[in-house]
Amino acid sequence: MIRPFGIDEILFIVAAVQWTLALSAIAFAGGAIGGLVVALARVSQVRALRYLALGYVRLFQGTPLLMQLFLVYFGLNIFGAGINPWLAASLALTLHASAFLGEIWRGCIEAVPSGQSEASWALGLGYVDRMKSIVLPQAAKIAVAPTVGFLVQLIKGTSLASIIGFVELTRAGQIINNATFVPFKVFGLVAILYFVLCWPLSLLARWMERRFAVATRR
Amino acid sequence: MSNTSPEGRADSAHMPAVTMEGVEKYYGTFHALKHIDLTVARGEKIVVCGPSGSGKSTLIRCVNQLEAVQEGRIVVDGIELTAGPKNVEQVRRDVGMVFQQFNLFPHMTVLRNCMLALMKVRGIARDEAEATARRFLERVKIPEQAEKYPAQLSGGQQQRVAIARALCMNPKIMLFDEPTSALDPEMVKEVLDTMIDLAREGMTMMVVTHEMGFARQVADRVIFMDRGEIVEIAGPTEFFGNPRHERTRTFLGQITGH
Amino acid sequence: MDYQLKFAPVFDNFGHLLSGLLVTLELSFGAMLLGTLVAIVCAAGKTGGPRPVRWIIDVYIEVIRNTPFLIQIFFIFFGLPALGIRFSPNTAALVALTVNVGAYATEIIRAGIESIQKGQVEAGTALGLKPVQIFRYIIVKPALRTVYPALTSQFIYLMLTSSVVSVISATDLAAAGNDIQSQTFASFEVYLVITAMYLVLSIAFSGLFSLVERMAFNYPLSR
Ligand SMILES: Nc1ncnc2c1ncn2[C@@H]1O[C@H](COP(=O)(O)OP(=O)(O)O)[C@@H](O)[C@H]1O
Ligand SMILES: [Mg+2]
Repeated sequence: MIRPFGIDEILFIVAAVQWTLALSAIAFAGGAIGGLVVALARVSQVRALRYLALGYVRLFQGTPLLMQLFLVYFGLNIFGAGINPWLAASLALTLHASAFLGEIWRGCIEAVPSGQSEASWALGLGYVDRMKSIVLPQAAKIAVAPTVGFLVQLIKGTSLASIIGFVELTRAGQIINNATFVPFKVFGLVAILYFVLCWPLSLLARWMERRFAVATRR
Repeated sequence: MSNTSPEGRADSAHMPAVTMEGVEKYYGTFHALKHIDLTVARGEKIVVCGPSGSGKSTLIRCVNQLEAVQEGRIVVDGIELTAGPKNVEQVRRDVGMVFQQFNLFPHMTVLRNCMLALMKVRGIARDEAEATARRFLERVKIPEQAEKYPAQLSGGQQQRVAIARALCMNPKIMLFDEPTSALDPEMVKEVLDTMIDLAREGMTMMVVTHEMGFARQVADRVIFMDRGEIVEIAGPTEFFGNPRHERTRTFLGQITGH
Repeated sequence: MDYQLKFAPVFDNFGHLLSGLLVTLELSFGAMLLGTLVAIVCAAGKTGGPRPVRWIIDVYIEVIRNTPFLIQIFFIFFGLPALGIRFSPNTAALVALTVNVGAYATEIIRAGIESIQKGQVEAGTALGLKPVQIFRYIIVKPALRTVYPALTSQFIYLMLTSSVVSVISATDLAAAGNDIQSQTFASFEVYLVITAMYLVLSIAFSGLFSLVERMAFNYPLSR
């Protein structure tokens, strides 16, 4: 039975934006925590930690997000957590975001002039104080623009969760398309919605990057 | 006004190499060249000097239209530059240019730097282009560097390659924009010597430089520019011995006396 | 966990995996090559083209960069037939990947072009070369060299992204995995092996790229 592509169908797709946003938010929050751990491990004084974190980053940056989703999805099942798209998508995207944010933030930490670090050695600050009150606040300033940039990548990445049956924007589009058979309009609408989510963030990231570049040139 | 076409230059022996009449050049609202009238004879060597920002580069860059002018007429070797893009193409083939920063192509060997325009602009076959390139590298006394890349050469060597590269195109006029300013002092002489040789062979040259020794030895006339104007133009003996304008005297005092 | 991993069914179907791998390689290298061409043209258009051309290229770049690849490939494979443009799955995959990487590579290559000093162009102009010749003979190679690391990481990302084409039943490595897992139900094991294969691919790609770098950009840089 072919349905027309009417206002209900459009609303169904638009409403699915909330699940894309929810999944992005979860992955971003989880990825922020994981990313901080990865970043700190990458610049740690402990060699084993550094290599462990490097291996983690290489693994997640060297394999497709889709495979990461599949492995978590089927892996959770093996571990007895059953088939759960919500859990699988959240976990996989969190692990994924942790690697990418970790690598971005490592770069930012390393971009903090080492003199700052040495000055804080001289002040007799311990590792935790040094990181917390000197290095990280400065790294954070550098990190904002690329982090927003990654957020765009993450939002786009959540579309792959549709493949393991998580109903978000892309999956909603597929469902409507299967009922209405007007793919040009359906996927056009879905594309516009993603664009509306991502474009402002891209512009923001670019604007902040430029502003930061100007600030550091002085 | 006669619109001289590339074909119509049978009488070229008597024609000036460069004629500029009432040339005005603006960068946006900034008036960079103010009413320039200048005629350069065939085989003449002109040295252009003046303070930084006075329009020296702009002046010689108008001759091969690296800069377009807003008013006035420029005729190069009988071809009216200001009369259309075809003429600009023709003029660029006949005018060689050497820059302060050498501007060699870093990804090509010295030989390829010299061959590129021969092959792509003149349409000359590879073998012949290579032979020509080697001949001119010989002339600037670095035939042994032919297979090297620009980054492997000293500044003086690079500038001589740049001269050879321009000469390969068999230009009728050579433009030099501060060719020795970016060089370490010990390399200035080798480049100036190359230019002096070229002058002896009768090349028409317009040279922006502060090498006053070169000017005395080679120049037929020296131009002093300030704030976009040609302030003074005279033979070197008169120019250095008895400059007429106060601004020229001040300038010469600054660069010679210390 | 009392689950026993069973890799036997995966390796029984290794031939199938290899043919999928071949398609993944074809798609990756095809899109790299075509995408770079698209990008060079677009980057040239963005730096030197007339205003409407620059505007169109900007729209292309922004649309691609701000929508998911999955939607792009759906649009190309399912949506374009409405306009009478119909592709086989593998062709649609190649087109989608090319369009996608072309947009990212345009921005990268444009940055490379902008890093070229003005004097290079002036020297070419003074020698009588035409703008197209200047671009082709003087700008492209040094520009590509400057941005080579950024460009090749984008290519590796492209190869990983290509796993998504399995959703339109293109016959790439990931699709081979889907086939095998639906027959054997050893889903986790199948995807584990395939993930490992992608990892090996990305390592191999970066090795290959640095080899190419050493061969293609063998001229020294001035200090
Ligand atoms: N592309 C340009 N845009 C705007 N102003 C320019 C440009 N090129 C040169 N100028 C200005 O024109 C004046 C003359 O420049 P130039 O001919 O390079 O001087 P010179 O070679 O005597 O140092 C300077 O004030 C310079 O700032
Ligand atoms: Mg100058």
